[in-house]
Amino acid sequence: MLDPLSRLGRGGLDFFKSLGRGHILLAMMLASLPGLVVRPRLIINQIYSLGVLSLVIIVISGLFVGMVLGLQGYNTLSKFGAEESLGVIVSISLVTELGPVITGLLFAGRAGSAMTAEIGLMKATEQLSAMEMMAVDPVKRVLSPRLLAGFISVPLLAAIFSAVGVYGGEFVGVGLLGVDEGSYWSQMQANVDIYDDIENGVIKSLVFGLVVSWIAIFEGNNSIPTSEGVSRATTRTVVHSALAILGLDFILTALMLGA
Amino acid sequence: MTTRNTEIWVGIFIAAGMAALFMLAMKVSNLASYNNGGGFEVTARFENISGLKVRSAVTMSGVTIGRVSKIEFDNKALQAVVTMKVDSQHDTLPKDTSASIYTAGLLGEKYIGLEPGGDEANLKQGDVIMLTQDSLVLEKLIGQFVSKFVSDSSSESPIAP
Repeated sequence: MLDPLSRLGRGGLDFFKSLGRGHILLAMMLASLPGLVVRPRLIINQIYSLGVLSLVIIVISGLFVGMVLGLQGYNTLSKFGAEESLGVIVSISLVTELGPVITGLLFAGRAGSAMTAEIGLMKATEQLSAMEMMAVDPVKRVLSPRLLAGFISVPLLAAIFSAVGVYGGEFVGVGLLGVDEGSYWSQMQANVDIYDDIENGVIKSLVFGLVVSWIAIFEGNNSIPTSEGVSRATTRTVVHSALAILGLDFILTALMLGA
Repeated sequence: MTTRNTEIWVGIFIAAGMAALFMLAMKVSNLASYNNGGGFEVTARFENISGLKVRSAVTMSGVTIGRVSKIEFDNKALQAVVTMKVDSQHDTLPKDTSASIYTAGLLGEKYIGLEPGGDEANLKQGDVIMLTQDSLVLEKLIGQFVSKFVSDSSSESPIAP
């Protein structure tokens, strides 16, 4: 009779426990960030493995998303005789929504899962405990460089994604479908605002970068130190990151449009 | 992978990201047309500005020469007070320039169109444009048209057999 109730209670307690551990971990990582100034090498190596190695998938996805937007936008707009607005549709949807969101999702899949697996295996093979034994703080040495690298990489990746996408849309719209090149760019410049659109897109990508790296690091650090535990943690990273990105995207958009 | 190669790749990555951001700012958005430098502000009062926004264009002969910088409501006169910033190189506008609110296309954005007068003196910082024409409200126009149409047809009906 009381079994389902206690199961619910245990679930709730577990949820809040891991939420609390996540926040404590975030606070510890943020506190150890100033110490990283003297070891930039750690951050550079992480930016390489998180950012540079994600570049290929970001550029290719950006190109194709931009091209699809050009194609779809042209087909819809030509019904109203408003093909000249193609540049506006392509650039606003890329800069404010698709750039940050798809970059965040791809980053979670490409780099976040790898981060979780790496940290989870470090934990399973007791490398983290060994570091602690040698009086090396694993938070300072392993975790916070990854957080900072993710926070730096995602906005840059999102900007590259949007820029490549705008050119992909131009390639399809102007090059193949015959939209006037001048109106493609001039309508875009007339309707995309540096503060309302570009800045908001950058803020979104900063938030997504932080949240995805945080989730990935936490899941890795919180994983059960077995091969099954690491595989579960990796799955959770991708699922939770995707949910967090989509949910936060709605909240951020609502806040930005309301302001 | 040697350390030096890693560093070079990270450098390329950050440079490419910055270049993409710069491209978005300069080529995609309206940053290039922002003119935060010199300029003088003039105000104009309107009964109705419906749809005019801060940063809407201020044009003369169809050329954008400034932007709306502030929109306020005057509680005493019950009017909208629009402050616009005109670029400093256009300091030869006559003092009796008139301002009207127009719509770009049938459903487009609202903008302010200035029309020159014949005064010798020029508009300066803080001047008030006296001659203004309000924004056209489509509903009012349709309402007037319909009521005119109805009164016309009702005045005709007694004549009909």
